[in-house]
Order: sequence, then C-alpha cells, then structure tokens
Amino acid sequence: MAKNVSGISIEASPGKSKIKKNLRRNIGFIYVLPWLIGFLVFRLYPFISSFFYSFTDFQLFDGIKEVGLMNYKEIFASPKIMKAFNVTFKYAFITVPLKLAISLFIAYILNFKLKGVKLFRTAYYIPSILGGSVAIAVLWKAVFRDDGLLNTALAFFGVEGPQWLSDPSYALFVISLLRVWQFGSAMVIFLAALKAVPNDLYEAAAIDGAGRGRQFLSITIPIITPVVFYNLVTQLCQAFQEFNGPYIITQGGPRNSTTLISLLIYNNAFKSYEMGMASAMAWLMFIILTVFTVIAFLSQKYWVHYSDEEAK
Amino acid sequence: MMYGRKRTINTTIRYTILIAVGIIMVYPLLWMISATFKSNNEIFSGIGLIPKNPTFDGYKNAMKSYGGQINIIKSMINTYSYVIPRVVFTVLSSTLTAYGFCRFRFKGRNFLFAVMISTLFLPQVVLNIPQYVLFNEFKWIDSKYYLPLIVPSLFASETYFVFMLVQFMRNISKELEEAAQIDGCNTFQTLVKIIAPMIKPAMISAALFQFMWSSNDFMGPLLYVKTPTRYPASIFVKISMDADAGFDWNRVLAVSLISIIPSLLVFFLSQKHFVEGISAGSVKG
Repeated sequence: MAKNVSGISIEASPGKSKIKKNLRRNIGFIYVLPWLIGFLVFRLYPFISSFFYSFTDFQLFDGIKEVGLMNYKEIFASPKIMKAFNVTFKYAFITVPLKLAISLFIAYILNFKLKGVKLFRTAYYIPSILGGSVAIAVLWKAVFRDDGLLNTALAFFGVEGPQWLSDPSYALFVISLLRVWQFGSAMVIFLAALKAVPNDLYEAAAIDGAGRGRQFLSITIPIITPVVFYNLVTQLCQAFQEFNGPYIITQGGPRNSTTLISLLIYNNAFKSYEMGMASAMAWLMFIILTVFTVIAFLSQKYWVHYSDEEAK
Repeated sequence: MMYGRKRTINTTIRYTILIAVGIIMVYPLLWMISATFKSNNEIFSGIGLIPKNPTFDGYKNAMKSYGGQINIIKSMINTYSYVIPRVVFTVLSSTLTAYGFCRFRFKGRNFLFAVMISTLFLPQVVLNIPQYVLFNEFKWIDSKYYLPLIVPSLFASETYFVFMLVQFMRNISKELEEAAQIDGCNTFQTLVKIIAPMIKPAMISAALFQFMWSSNDFMGPLLYVKTPTRYPASIFVKISMDADAGFDWNRVLAVSLISIIPSLLVFFLSQKHFVEGISAGSVKG
C-alpha cells in the first residue's frame, strides 16, 4: 500500500516495498529475454561456430576435420580469392564516397526553401525503397545492356556507348551505380541533420562576410559530422557485403571483374558446400570490416564534432 | 538589385540540378512501366515512354507458369505469407525488447545493451553459413512454413528496429507511466495502454521498413527455399530473367513490375512514416 502525497511516499512496510521495487526493476530482464535467447541461438552460437569452422575442412554432407590455418593459407595463395577481395575494396571505395557525396549535395540543395521540395524528396527516395529488389536489378540489366536504355539514349546524341556489362573495365562501375542510385535514405538522414543546424550561426557568419561555400565548409560540415560518420559506417558495412547486384546482374563476370567476396563465399558454401573454406573467407572479410569500423571510430576524435551533451 | 538577380540565378541552378537528378532517379522506372506495354521489337529501339503499338502480351505472358508449378501471382502469395508474419513479429518483439532496455534498470542491463548495439556491426556475411548449418540441423531448410525466414523475427533479431524504438521511447516523458503505475497498472499494461500509443509512429516505421526489406529479400529465400512451388517473388523474378532475358523482355519487365506493385502502393500510402523513421533512427540521443 503506497500513497504518493506531495512527493513523499508513505510505505506500509518498507522491506516489502524494496523487494517489490527490485522485482519491478528486474521485470525488465523478462522483456529483453526473447531478444537474449534469439541473440544466443541465432547470433552468438553461429558466430562462434563459424570461427571454428574456419579452421576445419567442414563439408556439409561429408563430415568435419580440423586443418588449422590451412584455409587461411589457401586464401592468401589463391589469386582468385585475392582478386575478389581486391574487387570488393574497389567496389566499396567507388560506391561509398560517391553515394555520400551525392546524398549530401542533394540534401544541401533540398535544404534551401524551394517550392516542390517534398515532391523531389519523394522521387529521390523511391529507388532506396525498391532498389534492393530483384525487379530493380532486372531493370538495371535492361538499362545497361549493349542496346539498353542508356546506350539508346547516348546514340540519340550521336555517342556510341561502351558495352557496360560485358566490358570488365565498366561492369563493376555499373554495379556500383545501382547502389549509388539508392542514395535516398542517406539523403534523408543528411537532410534531417542540415535542418537542425541553427540558423543564427549562418547569420553570424554572413555578417562576418563568409560566402555560401565558406559557410558550408566552416559551419555546416563540422556540425553534421556525426551524421556523416553514421552514414559512412553504415554504407561501408553494406558495401562490403553487397551480393544481390553482382549475383543477379553479372553473375560475377565478365572475367570475374564483379566477383565480390560475398559471391565467392556463396559459391563455396552453398554450391560446393565447402563450409570450412567459406567460413574462413567470411571471417577474413569480417576482420577487415571490423578494422575499417574501428579505424572509423578511432578517427572520430579528429574530425567528428559532437555537441557538448552528446560528447558526455 | 544585384542581390535579387543573383538569387534568381541561384534558384534556377538549383532547380536545374534537382530536375536533372529527378529524371535520372525516376525515368528508368517510368521507362520500365512503359516497356511492359511495348512489343519486344520496340523496347530497345528508342527511349520514348509512349508505346507505338500498345500490347498486353507482356502481361499475358507474365501470368504463364514455369513447368505448371509456379507463376508470379502464386510466388507473390508465397512472399507475403512470410513477410506479413515477419513484420508483425518484428514489431512486437522489438517493442518488448526496447521497453525492457529503456524503462528498467535491471542487473546487467548496460552490458546487454552494449552487446545489442554491437550486433548492429555484426555482418550477416559471417552468420549465413553457421545459420544454414543450424537450420539444417533443425530440419528447417525448405520448410513449408518458411521457418528460417520467420522464427528469428520472434526474437527481435533485427537490432536496427530495437535501436530505433529505443531512441523514440527515450524522448517520451515518464509522467504518464508513473501515473498509470499508481493507478495499479502492471508494467505490461503500462506498455500496452500508455507507451504503445505514444510510440506508434516509430512502430509503424519499423513495420514499413521490415515490409520493404523482407519483400526485397533475395539471399534468405535463395538459401532456405528449394521447392519451386514455394518460391517467393524475388526468386521467381530472377528465374524469369535468366530464362527470358534476351528475347522476351516485355514479359520479364512485366513480371518484375508486378512483383513490386505492393511495395510501391505501400510506399505511396505511407511516405511520411519512412522519412520520419530514418530520421528518428539515426539521430543519436
């Protein structure tokens, strides 16, 4: 029995209420229990077991034997796998900066008070929603075919377009563009951040004689660095794991120029069921991604400006 | 005077950029729609949107089945038969988890919360193989009920949504909850009656994103669905493309377009929730 009178609670028995309070606090554990079970069964256990698989010659229907570091040695000795890692880096280093730059640029323009901003925002956002679908991958193939939409359009201007998908020097770029085209969600995040920049900062800068470009570099960019950071990390994680685009559009070709590491992992694991070898590749890729993420996090103190309450 | 003129020029430049980018973003989609009404000879002969001799052949052929086992409609029914449970379970389990983390200081809370956040950075790439092995042991591969695609969602397996809901819940004042407690509501009643109505926008966003992502999901069904009659639309579209691209493009594009109609409808009916959802999820609190 507790009555709350002007902030002072009168308890019938203080001991009992303490237990009750404790119980109340620990009920929280019951609420997160489903998540915890799911985490242990579907995340942690698989995570750890794949680490062990990577030191074995595990074949799904063929038993398992420890092989030590052999898988990893084989990876570094295989030009095909090394090339796939290389292609993955290239893919990420084309896609991520391009996507961030375009999404920030468009968000910057949308942030001016123009009529019809909402309409443009919606139009730019649609590819982000549908882009992951197989249907859009099919469309991409139709656009970049030798006689596809793009080359037909170029021919209209008298330009003979290259063979986008069958020329190894273009194919990866086309696959990249599919992701860059989906800049909408990064753009919406940037836009929200830009809207939060206090206007009086710009006014003060304008009085001091700073032009638009100067204002953008000295005020806007520093203030939105936390969001740049967020977008950078999430896009990097996505790019390193890209699978659908190359799998559906180019099947890794031509001449393995779009064989990202995720494709090789898939082929090894689910075509030839070499789970051990595939796990080793996945782990190597995971370690590389972790290194990049950690570098990004550590580098924060040099370029990401958190406002006071956030830095705490 | 100069200032006003400069402003007009700036506005013109901005609109030019917005429109140019807008065309790049939307034209391929419009072209796709028009191509489904063109004959196969016409599709790649020009870039125009209006079909010279409109035909429904693409759609007629799109309804054809492969080996009598699966067609686009059936595959879409398959898709939504796991997408819908997945959406419902994700929202419910993520809300419970977010509530537990956000409103109770139980032992080990901070540690578990840190673990949960760290799973945001755990790439699916390392999990695919061992999960497949695990589901294989459960005899869930090619399950009639799409168990590998549905069951994990009962356990708030998509951290992103939990995170988003936590961010949203944090900004809601606790006064009403405290009042409800005094009135004798237990914690679960408080969640259902007080909190859920207030975080509804975030729950809707989570549901919409999960709907889109699950409908688009290709890797999941590729690994776990083997029987043609159970193929979802994402697999069916891929098969259609492999079979017919090159000569029957109006059919392939019609199949593709039909497969994304539900997503398009949902998007246009609920645009503002998407924008709010991503903005809320990303803002660090």
